Amino acid sequence: MSLPPLVEPAAELTVDEVRRYSRHLIIPDVGMDGQKRLKNAKVLVVGAGGLGSPALLYLAAAGVGTLGIIDFDVVDESNLQRQVIHGQSDLGKPKAESARESVEEINPYVKVILHKERLESDNALEIFAGYDLILDGTDNFATRYLVNDAAVLLNKPYVWGSIYRFDGQVSVFWNEYGPNYRDLYPEPPPPGMVPSCAEGGVLGVLCAAVGSVMVNEAIKLITGIGETLVGRLMIYDALEMTWRTVKVRKDPEGEPITELIDYESFCGTVSEEAQEAASGSTITARELKEKMDNGEDFHLVDVREKNEYEIVSIPGSVLIPKGEFLSGEAFAKLPQDKQVILHCKSGGRSAEALAALKSAGFSDAVHVGGGVLAWVANIDPSLPTY
Amino acid sequence: MSVSVRVPTILRTYTKSEAEVAADGGTLKEVLADLEANFPGIRARILDDNGRIRRFVNVYVGDEDVRFADGLDTETPENSQVSIIPAVAGGC
Repeated sequence: MSLPPLVEPAAELTVDEVRRYSRHLIIPDVGMDGQKRLKNAKVLVVGAGGLGSPALLYLAAAGVGTLGIIDFDVVDESNLQRQVIHGQSDLGKPKAESARESVEEINPYVKVILHKERLESDNALEIFAGYDLILDGTDNFATRYLVNDAAVLLNKPYVWGSIYRFDGQVSVFWNEYGPNYRDLYPEPPPPGMVPSCAEGGVLGVLCAAVGSVMVNEAIKLITGIGETLVGRLMIYDALEMTWRTVKVRKDPEGEPITELIDYESFCGTVSEEAQEAASGSTITARELKEKMDNGEDFHLVDVREKNEYEIVSIPGSVLIPKGEFLSGEAFAKLPQDKQVILHCKSGGRSAEALAALKSAGFSDAVHVGGGVLAWVANIDPSLPTY
Repeated sequence: MSVSVRVPTILRTYTKSEAEVAADGGTLKEVLADLEANFPGIRARILDDNGRIRRFVNVYVGDEDVRFADGLDTETPENSQVSIIPAVAGGC
């Protein structure tokens, strides 16, 4: 969809700016007018992670005048495989600060505004109000719906991308001109059904493919050139190397968005069944170690995936992925005469598996709160984490 | 009618990692039934307990969302492509 420019042009470019942006300025569709619009644009990037990294780098290089960065996290070693805005010397530093340093190094003419807080229902509208466009590269459904709803309420375009393993999806939602995220996916999946990147992994370079498309769309929206992705969803398959496009329409049954809600409870983090199963049936990593040291007879099952088990595992555990608990396949592999103890990476998936196990009659089964990460932190810090 | 079905990564555990599988049926409902016969369990990830398409999954015949066509009764012409596109949130 072709749309009018989102941003009015700045009064002028300085001589230094003309030199810097000359390769843009000689493109007829961009020119002085487009570059002045970029200079005047205020873009908020939610999350300085996998998608936020390439997005911020290219938005900065392109000359977007004001970049807001919202991120409350710190740089971790496991980020560096894909979050190219951060480097080795940034480990432990707030991502927002690390991202600002990279942006300023790439383009000192960009004004950077940091929001080192978690985006919530009670601050989203206030933060978003200062920007022309929102670009979202976060990692959970609660934030996705929050960003969408706040963008709808303020009538701002929402550039959206998501990634998983080798798959990417990207679109632009703008309620005034087309569908919003709720038209595409009216409801989030139940907790536990769709794995996150932290559970399922992501090819690092996928972030660049999807993140660069997001910036491409942001530039088109700001300058009013080309056909935007409003009303279209692009689907990228990095293994087949295909980009496909499907139409997105306004959902005639969609409820109007009138206010921000409690997104954590809308999306859930652990299902009700899992919460119920885990209540009173959760042991700590230390308690598991005590059981081992006391020579107690139990059957320890790791419900993660094979690749995760190969990275790090708790001694004595056997692998039966969560899916086999949900399908019922797992039960025949379990002993009836001793206690079954489940664990996963951090306790979410094992709670889901525990709910299935208990309803199959394994009433004394328990799971390990905090999973293998708690084991590494409290029992054996020499083991790797991921 | 033989159609090809695009299977998203998170459902490939049912299709032995195949990204694209063949299925028979003149409507989406028949295609999903055939899919279920060959890959047990996959339909329940697409349809809810009442047999409706889950609200966090979109199914396309060609580039059209079946929610805006005839839903499960949407016709699937010979050689058409059925795509299953679930919500994915990853970005970090």
